[in-house]
Amino acid sequence: MIINSRFFNRSELIGFLTLALLLFVILPLSLDIFRLNLVAKYLTYAFVGIGLVLCWGYGGILSLGQGVFFGLGGYCMAMYLKLEASSVANTKIQSTPGIPDFMDWNQLTQLPFFWKPFHSFPITLVAIILVPGIFAFIIGAAMFKRRVGGVYFAIITQAIAAIMTILIVGQQGYTGGINGITDLRTLHGWDIRTDHAKFILYFVEVVLLFACIIAAQFIRLTKLGRILVAMREQEDRVRFSGYSVANFKIFAFCAAAIFAAIGGAMFTLEVGFMSPSFVGIVPSIEMVIYTAVGGRMSIFGAVWGSLLVNFAKTSLSESFPQLWLFGLGALFIAVVLAFPNGLSGIWQDYVQPHIDRLLASRKAKPGNGFSVADGAPAE
Amino acid sequence: MFGDYSLSDLGAIFAMQGFAGLILFSVYVLMALGLAIIFGQMGVINMAHGEFMILGAYVTWMTSSAFQQYLPSLFPGYFFLAMSLAFIASGALGMLVEWALIRHLYKRPLDTLLATWGLSLILQQAYRSVFGAREVGVELPEWMMGSWQATDAIQIPINGMFVMGLTVLITIVVAYVLFWSRWGRQVRAVVQNRVMAGAVGINTEKVDRYTFGLGCGIAGIAGSAFTMIGSTGPTAGQLYIVDTFLVVVFGGAASLVGTIASAFTISQAQSTMEFFLSGSMAKVLTLLAIVAILMVRPQGLFALKVRK
Repeated sequence: MIINSRFFNRSELIGFLTLALLLFVILPLSLDIFRLNLVAKYLTYAFVGIGLVLCWGYGGILSLGQGVFFGLGGYCMAMYLKLEASSVANTKIQSTPGIPDFMDWNQLTQLPFFWKPFHSFPITLVAIILVPGIFAFIIGAAMFKRRVGGVYFAIITQAIAAIMTILIVGQQGYTGGINGITDLRTLHGWDIRTDHAKFILYFVEVVLLFACIIAAQFIRLTKLGRILVAMREQEDRVRFSGYSVANFKIFAFCAAAIFAAIGGAMFTLEVGFMSPSFVGIVPSIEMVIYTAVGGRMSIFGAVWGSLLVNFAKTSLSESFPQLWLFGLGALFIAVVLAFPNGLSGIWQDYVQPHIDRLLASRKAKPGNGFSVADGAPAE
Repeated sequence: MFGDYSLSDLGAIFAMQGFAGLILFSVYVLMALGLAIIFGQMGVINMAHGEFMILGAYVTWMTSSAFQQYLPSLFPGYFFLAMSLAFIASGALGMLVEWALIRHLYKRPLDTLLATWGLSLILQQAYRSVFGAREVGVELPEWMMGSWQATDAIQIPINGMFVMGLTVLITIVVAYVLFWSRWGRQVRAVVQNRVMAGAVGINTEKVDRYTFGLGCGIAGIAGSAFTMIGSTGPTAGQLYIVDTFLVVVFGGAASLVGTIASAFTISQAQSTMEFFLSGSMAKVLTLLAIVAILMVRPQGLFALKVRK
């Protein structure tokens, strides 16, 4: 309980404030709206990353299917926006006005039943949380209750990501197929394509991101987070101590899924479309690598990782498209082999000690020494 | 869905789709055998397995082009040399990868997954830079073309039969090597109890390296066989990797019989359904069924009982 006494310890508080300063002040002031929108796109992956820190870094459950939840959240939002964009007035030229254009192209004459709830904005918001949450619960309950874990879980979630993509691509009339759901215009009557809207959406997203960071930090610091760590280290011991290991794992997996879904919904709003290319195996693994680069044990690391890797991806693939895949592959290998704790590990091992020493020596000079209670708690 | 076909038609459809399924089965078995050795015996998740297969396919393609240009008279037999070269190339690359990468990660199986995924990206881009992004096709020698007319309604392509025969042969060889040779006994000993195997004088590091090499080499042969039924592109391996992992997991990770049985079930289910449904729905249904069965029976069809 000693560690629980403060919500953020000193170094975490510094990390929190730095990130807040960067995202709320520095980036919006220094970037033009196009670049800011790119940053917003990168940050949507940070939501997934925070979820992965909880479920992979702390819970030890590697899910290679986070793209599914990202996509579910994104598609829920996209369905609402698409229905709004295909009002009867907008789709007069179609043979069946009032349904999305791709349905009309695929000879559908009626809105499928699972699209109907998405006429309502409140239901959409609830669905963004509930649909991925329930889906994750079903997968998690089926797997963890039977003590499937580790490698097998990773492979099965990967298969689910594959199934999801094939399904979305194959059922063109219901989902928009390989192109996804495009041509989204307004959110509750508010045009999301203008620069002004993008600026506001960026801030909405950053606020949501910090809400998620605080929620994740809360989970991490409660007893729940401790049990997650204990489970990762010695699952049997936790089980023998009387905890239901499966339920804790299901919780971590569902929380990660919901974070990912919020990211996906924001992605749809920021970028203006949703497609199966953000659902499948490749994007799901890339989301894992953002987290690994940032540091699988660090919530802030996940945000930094998403920002930096995506920034590198954009700038490298703009100028050297060939080099990017080599770079990404090398990054995977380097992170796993040399820096298993990612950037935050490097920071803690190499930078943090210097800062601590600097602070300590400055404090020591006045002659009163430094109190142990003030220092960063021992890891 | 059967309503529009007469009974004899249905019989012919099932026979021909069944045979198409058998070719898919051959590719699955060849891919999955290598993977089952690496994943089942060593616990390493090799996401780059598809790329090792594609390496074999490219080696075959290069050999066939070389024969066409310099030794046209020997062209009908090029395949046997190509296959051996594919095995050697993929096996050598596999041993190199084991030495440079995998051996540092035996204690962290989830991390092998990420590292080998990185490797697969690098290999894909390397193929794209060397061989170009376009898919290449191998020209078959004459004796492999055409098909065998079993009845008026049933046609069976000769290259398919050849691939199947090859699969059976390689399966037998692998089974022999693993279960009856001295080296195979060493591999199984290391799998069952690494420390004890080391204590009785088995060089476990060397066994690991050769096991990984063998698995990758078989993937190379799979790639060689793959060229006879499809064209080769830099990303073709990725299309098969998830399916192959499911084949291995579904069969029970450490069991060769299980791998073959599950490859058979999956390929037959998929190709039979493909005739009646669209290809994508057939695949979705097959994968869903596997995932559902794995949720009920996580250890797969044939589980090896090992005391942990």
